[in-house]
Amino acid sequence: MSAPTRSSLGASNMRLFKDRAARVGVTLGGGMVLIALLLIFFYLLYVVEPIFRGVSVEGKHQFQVPASTEVVAMGMEEQSEIGFQLTAGGEITFFALQPATGTNWQPGDVLLQEQLTATAPTAFAATQPQNKRYAYALEGGLVQVVAPKFRSQFINGQRFTNPRSVLEDLEQPLVLDPQGRTVNQLAYEYSGDSALLVGVTADNLLLVNLLQASRNFLSGAVEMKSRFTELPMTSPIDNVLVTPNLRQVFVRHGNRVTVLDVSTSGKVTERQVLSTDKRKFGDITVMKLLAGANSLMLGHSSGSITQWFEVAGDDGRRYQFIRDFKAGSAAVDEIIAEYFRRTFYTVSADGTVGVFHTTSQADLYLDKPEQVSAEQLVIDPRANTMLVRNDSGYHSFKLENEHPEVSWSGLWQEVWYEGYPDPQYTWQSTSGSDDFEPKFSLVPISFGTIKAAAYAMLFAVPIGLAAAVYTAYFMSPGVRKVVKPTVEIMEALPTVILGFLAGLWLAPIVESYLPGIVAVIILVPLAIVLFALLASRLPTNLRNQFTDGRAALILIPLVILVGWFAFELSPWVENAWFGGNVREYITNELGITFDQRNSLIVGIAMGFAVIPTIFSIAEDAVFSVPKHLSNGSLALGATTWQTLTKVVLLTASPGIFSAVMMGLGRAVGETMIVLMATGNTPIMDWNIFEGMRTLSANIAVEMPESEVGSSHYRILFLAAFVLFVFTFMFNTLAELVRQRLREKYSSM
Amino acid sequence: MRNWFKSGAPWIWLTAGSVSISLIAVLGVMAMIAWRGLSFFWPAAIHEFEVRANDGSSQVIIGEIYDSEEIPMQRLRESGVVLDGYDEETLTRVLLKVGNREFVPLDFMWVMEPQIVRDETPDTLAVVERSKDGNFYGYPLHLLENGERVASTDLRADIQQRIERAVELNEKAADLQQSDIGAINFQLNRYRLERRALELKGELTDSEIARIEAGEQQLRDDYQVLEQQLFAYREEASRDSLVVRDMRGVEVTLPMYRVLDITFPNDMGVFSKVGHFFKQIGKFVTENPREANTEGGVFPAIFGTVFMVLLMSVIVTPFGVIAAIYLHEYAGKNAITRIIRIAVINLAGVPSIVYGVFGLGFFVYMVGGTLDQIFYPEGLPSPTFGTPGVMWSAITLAILTLPVVIVSTEEGLSRIPSTLREGSLALGATKAETLWRIILPMASPAIMTGLILAVARAAGEVAPLMLVGVVKSAPMLPVDGNFPYFHLDRKFMHLGFHIYDVGFQSPNVEAARPLVYATSFLLVTVIVGLNLTAIGVRNHLREKYRSLEH
Repeated sequence: MSAPTRSSLGASNMRLFKDRAARVGVTLGGGMVLIALLLIFFYLLYVVEPIFRGVSVEGKHQFQVPASTEVVAMGMEEQSEIGFQLTAGGEITFFALQPATGTNWQPGDVLLQEQLTATAPTAFAATQPQNKRYAYALEGGLVQVVAPKFRSQFINGQRFTNPRSVLEDLEQPLVLDPQGRTVNQLAYEYSGDSALLVGVTADNLLLVNLLQASRNFLSGAVEMKSRFTELPMTSPIDNVLVTPNLRQVFVRHGNRVTVLDVSTSGKVTERQVLSTDKRKFGDITVMKLLAGANSLMLGHSSGSITQWFEVAGDDGRRYQFIRDFKAGSAAVDEIIAEYFRRTFYTVSADGTVGVFHTTSQADLYLDKPEQVSAEQLVIDPRANTMLVRNDSGYHSFKLENEHPEVSWSGLWQEVWYEGYPDPQYTWQSTSGSDDFEPKFSLVPISFGTIKAAAYAMLFAVPIGLAAAVYTAYFMSPGVRKVVKPTVEIMEALPTVILGFLAGLWLAPIVESYLPGIVAVIILVPLAIVLFALLASRLPTNLRNQFTDGRAALILIPLVILVGWFAFELSPWVENAWFGGNVREYITNELGITFDQRNSLIVGIAMGFAVIPTIFSIAEDAVFSVPKHLSNGSLALGATTWQTLTKVVLLTASPGIFSAVMMGLGRAVGETMIVLMATGNTPIMDWNIFEGMRTLSANIAVEMPESEVGSSHYRILFLAAFVLFVFTFMFNTLAELVRQRLREKYSSM
Repeated sequence: MRNWFKSGAPWIWLTAGSVSISLIAVLGVMAMIAWRGLSFFWPAAIHEFEVRANDGSSQVIIGEIYDSEEIPMQRLRESGVVLDGYDEETLTRVLLKVGNREFVPLDFMWVMEPQIVRDETPDTLAVVERSKDGNFYGYPLHLLENGERVASTDLRADIQQRIERAVELNEKAADLQQSDIGAINFQLNRYRLERRALELKGELTDSEIARIEAGEQQLRDDYQVLEQQLFAYREEASRDSLVVRDMRGVEVTLPMYRVLDITFPNDMGVFSKVGHFFKQIGKFVTENPREANTEGGVFPAIFGTVFMVLLMSVIVTPFGVIAAIYLHEYAGKNAITRIIRIAVINLAGVPSIVYGVFGLGFFVYMVGGTLDQIFYPEGLPSPTFGTPGVMWSAITLAILTLPVVIVSTEEGLSRIPSTLREGSLALGATKAETLWRIILPMASPAIMTGLILAVARAAGEVAPLMLVGVVKSAPMLPVDGNFPYFHLDRKFMHLGFHIYDVGFQSPNVEAARPLVYATSFLLVTVIVGLNLTAIGVRNHLREKYRSLEH
């Protein structure tokens, strides 16, 4: 068809224009398909991409805030508009961090300054960041707890935040030591109305006081019950820490950390002494708890940071070295934990700042932010502002660190999660508590996808291919015209119905007739071969009835009969060999877990869904093998079977391969069947009697509940992207093979 | 023997066996769905059993036989069940649906056959279908009007008549609530949004406020009147009640406004059973679901499915046809064409859940979120289009079914003999004219086929819809009497999702199972019917063009 030229169309410019417009429009429309596919690809990528971004640090303001004595702690409120500092002398200063709307604040403006203690404090302690309290030890064994708070007001929809006076809210000092000794080290934590105070005196005496509030039922007044213990320590103590559940105290002396248990009655017992590999990591310089307070982080003089948490072993739960991080080569001066996530920050002796995440084992950042040497550092509750302090004053930085918990290695490699006995592949995305450590390993759900697809293919490939070969090669056109569309109708059956039948009808049947199912798998082929043997002994005129593909129809009643027989046999077999209950036999005698909705069910149901895909493409491939090839083979004296295996199947093998690939693509992406026919537990086991959780079912279950833009949301997009790439490869491969095959046939 | 194996005959028979297995699987599954789905509507006999336990105490149980199974005695013995004087290897037990949900702990009960000492099906036993708490089985005794006993000569006719009255009143009340009161709520919400919009623009003057408040006041006054009427209907409907004796022998008073229907299945002939069967099917298709979707009909799901699929057809047809025309009529044999073909195959092969994820992220959050900010700022922070809805579902499924339309249309185009095109061009028509006047009309059945297949595919797809707009229960249909009549931002119900939800998420799976089978049957009938139509059209087309070529 040559393009019409101007002369053949006469002078009608309008017609010519319409023709051109149609060409452009149709071409654009054709391109739409490609655009749609590319859009899906790049959109998924666009959503996934931020999880692999590093940390970005951007300088905002630089200012100075006067301090009469050494600054011991700094903090920020939620919006990062106001910061505060606490000094060793007991003075708190609130200052503006950035120009807030509706005020004329400049960064560094002092908003409120208060002296919190009457006498000079002897020691200072801070709680875990999310508990937001500080404590000063005073002369005479007293402890003054300080809680900086902010007041937010809404005026005309605008929010104004101001610091509240700490002095006004100040409560009576708590008594650490009833005997009134002065401490030079302090640790403090609280939980509800209870508090745990730990102090160290100059003569290395460890004072532990558990203060438990109890409400007097008659008067309603809260009474503080004090449970005091003192422990003499042999070596000088450098550092004391208390867990927020008030049950453990960590005491560091030199390179050893003693873990003390505090019972609810205030009894203190030594549990364990941790010691680090001094040659490898150097001396311990600092000790901190991570968010969630399950992990102890130790900083070392070599620039290493080691993570320790409790692992259940033969002799109970014990702290164990888990992994280490490297923050340059200078000694680690400070470790700062984030409020909720397992991210921590380090400040080294040479002023470098490091950002790390424990779960994902990620080194996110290690540098001097914009050439600023850091001495002290603090993070705001939302982890998007970092405040650094050094000799020249304060520097505030905008921090972008949205998805530290995700790293390539964390997604695909074994990770040692807090409280687990060993490194594992685990998918557990959400939990009720705030300080939960999310476990995003794609391995179990990818494994589940492969497992489901494998069992489905185990069932579908033999049946689908064999049926395709028979239909294409042996059937007369008349029978084929009926059989082919009937099998293909299966493809149209909604998978939600197959899933429903598998989950609510098939699963209970398989559970109660398991021997019957096994019997069907063995007996049906046997019966068919036996029947074939019988048929071969029949007189010729009867035998000729079985040609033209009628054998398939004749076998239908036989298969049904054998199936029925196998199921009738099932209770009998069960009674005779398995003590009347196969399920219990499998669980108790063989020690194999048995779920009602298991891989066998998925294999059958999804196999059922995949058979028509495989059948249809393979049948086409076999049917379109040129007839002169098979006729030639037969004419040379080969039997039909020889011709089939040596000529037809070999020629059609690329087509058969592409059929299997297409089937695999469908099995990998199928959602509803696996969602309904398995228990959706992300386990990693090939056991046929256990279920699995697949990528697609995982998306369907968790997507509606995930928060837009969160790491979880993006990882689910990543799961979708992985599925997309999987199936893209299978389909493209299959299609290329098919295109080449078509060209080959057309040349034959 | 060995020769026989060598000849390959057994293998050929085995391949034949695979075809048989496939056929059995397809036909078996469809037959089972049909049987289970349809038997749900057939009025089952109600049995009155007397069951004697081992300790000699006996109990009367009234209910429908729901299921029966044979279990080995061994298993029963292990779980501590002992039956005196029964020595068989296996035992049959029947599952009874006993209804009367508010009086028994479970509305299903297993009864072991050897313990049944009496089995009767009395004609006077009735099934009372109720709008709450499911069916009630028992013997109707008499009627109450305002608490007073009514003397009646023909009890059944009287009950029937009073049920009809109550049902009619209930319908009136429901109508009032849905259309009139619904419209008032809709308009009130309109005013709220209008006020907010003006406020955002800074044009909220006192006169505007006065106008809006006057409108709102008017609506509230109207509402008061309607509410009075609604209460009056309800008051009237609660006049009668029915006294029934249940299986415990207790007389229970059932308020008539909760009764939907009463039947005496044991007293029905075959014809009345057939009549009842079709009546039940009719109700199933036209009524709203009740009791958290486990009872009643599936009308909103049918409506939602059809509406979404129609919307999708409107979107997918032009794009699919244009792409097919490009591939077949315009594209040269080059790399780009090859890539586009691979793209088509891939679009067909990408798992449907991926479309769901894409639809949710791209259409709902990105496009919808942007639309909201531009056109519906007054509704924020509650989203209008930035939330899953029927429009996004239709668009997502349109991409999903695009390849179906393309492949089918292209096949139709390739069957049109090229002589026709050449003839048209030779007579001086442009290519566009040839396409528009000759090719497309001839290809229209093929386009139709593609569309039917696309509709069939979309009607059965659930996974992507779970993310982009389907809900278990939508109080409002996407089409109603309030301007602009089509509410594309609303969520909708879908037959496929209904199956998933009722079958797996409902609190009483056992009770809901027949309904799931019935829904499955409905869906399978529609989809297989559509597919058969498509195959029929395609075959017809092939024949037609074959005759054209010669």
